Amino acid sequence: MKTKFTKFMAAALAAVMAFALAACGGGGSGEGGDAVLKIGSTGPLTGPAAIYGNAVKNGGQLAVDEINAANADGIQLSWQAEDDEHDPEKAVNAYNTLMDSGMQILVGPTTSAPAVAVAEKADADRVFTLTPSASQAAVTEGHDNVYQLCFNDPNQGTAAAQYILANMKDKKVGVIYQQNDYSQGIYEKFKAEYEGAGNKIVATEAFAKDDEKDFTAQLNSMKNAGADLVFVPIYYTPAANILTQADKMGYNPTFFGVDGMDGILTAENFDAKLAEGVMLLTPFVASAEDEATQKFVKAYVDAYGEEPNQFAADAYDCVYAIYNAFKETGLDASASTEEICDAMIKVFNGGFTSSGITGEEMKWNENGEVDKTPKACVIENGVYVQK
Amino acid sequence: MNLLSNLISGLSLGSVYAIIALGYTMVYGISKMLNFAHGDVIMIGGYISFVMTVYLGMNGWVGLLIAIVTCTCLGVLIERLAYRPLRGTGSLAVLITAIGVSYFLQNVALLIWGANPKMFTSLFDGVKALRLAGGKLVVSPESLFTIAANIIVMIVLTLFVNKTKAGKAMRAVSEDNGAAQLMGINVNQSISLTFAIGSGLAAVAGVLMCSAYPVLTPTTGSMPGIKAFTAAVFGGIGSIPGAMIGGLILGIIEIFARAYVSTELADAIVFACLIIVLLVKPTGLLGKKVSEKV
Repeated sequence: MKTKFTKFMAAALAAVMAFALAACGGGGSGEGGDAVLKIGSTGPLTGPAAIYGNAVKNGGQLAVDEINAANADGIQLSWQAEDDEHDPEKAVNAYNTLMDSGMQILVGPTTSAPAVAVAEKADADRVFTLTPSASQAAVTEGHDNVYQLCFNDPNQGTAAAQYILANMKDKKVGVIYQQNDYSQGIYEKFKAEYEGAGNKIVATEAFAKDDEKDFTAQLNSMKNAGADLVFVPIYYTPAANILTQADKMGYNPTFFGVDGMDGILTAENFDAKLAEGVMLLTPFVASAEDEATQKFVKAYVDAYGEEPNQFAADAYDCVYAIYNAFKETGLDASASTEEICDAMIKVFNGGFTSSGITGEEMKWNENGEVDKTPKACVIENGVYVQK
Repeated sequence: MNLLSNLISGLSLGSVYAIIALGYTMVYGISKMLNFAHGDVIMIGGYISFVMTVYLGMNGWVGLLIAIVTCTCLGVLIERLAYRPLRGTGSLAVLITAIGVSYFLQNVALLIWGANPKMFTSLFDGVKALRLAGGKLVVSPESLFTIAANIIVMIVLTLFVNKTKAGKAMRAVSEDNGAAQLMGINVNQSISLTFAIGSGLAAVAGVLMCSAYPVLTPTTGSMPGIKAFTAAVFGGIGSIPGAMIGGLILGIIEIFARAYVSTELADAIVFACLIIVLLVKPTGLLGKKVSEKV
């Protein structure tokens, strides 16, 4: 009996000591220049959404490696990505694991439902959080320390309106939206921005269900109103029906979609000719020809053997934004998580801008929403081409 | 011109509803059950035809034939395995089973073909649309054929039910199951035949629907199924011409509501019309009033 008790005590003591050591490490072990800024990330590395989490993991790692190799300012970063399986509960566990290993800044979570759960924890623990790709508006709501690098869902509407106003001002614009929170939210923001600038949407139509079949009435309404650009903030399944029927009617305006439209080319047996000339707002296109994108794509392909997607680019930009902002705080990597959080919030709210491959001159408002110049691409010969 | 163009859209959509509604109404007429899995048989028909034409490179019409045969077998099988054992246990049990079969079919399709939509190749791929009045009125070959098919199916079915021996047996079973059995009619066979015809029509409806509206997903059949069921009730469930008229009217109301009232309210208007018709004429437009004998 006695031996058992001592064994138990010894084990417990050992555990406490290990924990204490780990906690020490969290405060930053080294002094001065050789301290490492610990960035953590969570995302689905396994399961059906694994493609997103792994892209974030790899994209972030690539940026961290580049920054460390350049070693321009004596700031070294570390990158640790944990699996959350796109599950809010597991995401909180993954977050706790990261906190135990001394995370100072969180780049994540990758997907929205986990991000909403983790944002709550990160707010309580005062960890500065910049999510690459969790796009629901609820992710940043009510948290002064949580920021998004991607446009949130409704703000895609604002961005689309800005892009159309800047580049296609002469077009007569019609809208077909779906009656769900995603599409309706985008439509309302789009309308506010577009009509706020003194323009008029010539026709607005809606539909209710994902598996709605007949869109001829909506398309006739667009056609009769003379719309030559139709904004479709909807998912690609109904969009495929709309494109087919418009083609049959002999009506071919420019269709302009947002991220829900991404994927239209993956529908099996889809005739890419139907999507010819369709425009969509997407922050990143691997085939874009600008130098920064090409450099990133090449480095990514060399490192991981596959073409990066939007999520990888978002994470890459996140790490650079964190790095640039951290330089402005003037802090040392040995600073505590809370000090870093307060200083980063000040920088992010204080006119800080960061340029990357998903947007030039990105800046953030106090709600944590990003403001950047939207990029659009057009489908030509079955591939996305950056405009 | 716009009116005419909307009318053609409405007739074309309504014809799809009508062909589906025929399946509902025949099965209801003979076995007094609502076969809620009917919409999903349509979806299976669409997928079978897709596999035949796109994966195996067959001609669209051969694909259609194979889909009809497959769905006919499927319909008979469903009736034999899921509904026949429950016959005589009350309508609620059969209704719940039908909903179960519906989910079962959807999930099987999800397992086999996945959730990513497939784009159906139209039966009339490459056939030019008819352009009338200087291109102002465009009539697609899908619309024309769907409307024609609807009329042909209606006529053939009416003749079959009224003029043939098997049709006579079906009517007898529909009128009085027990008496028909006493007269030496094989009730099981008659019901199987009804399911076979209804499911074969479902395959036709599936292929026609997917030709006009090409996005094919495991839930493709569910909403048209519900609309067609509405059409069957609208026209008077159990009545073959009623299903056709109900389907056409429903399609036209739906398209006109979208075009002239509001796209947001279209479905609400369709179902409001159903409620009004049922309030005024509870048996539907062509439904027979059956008085209970004491």
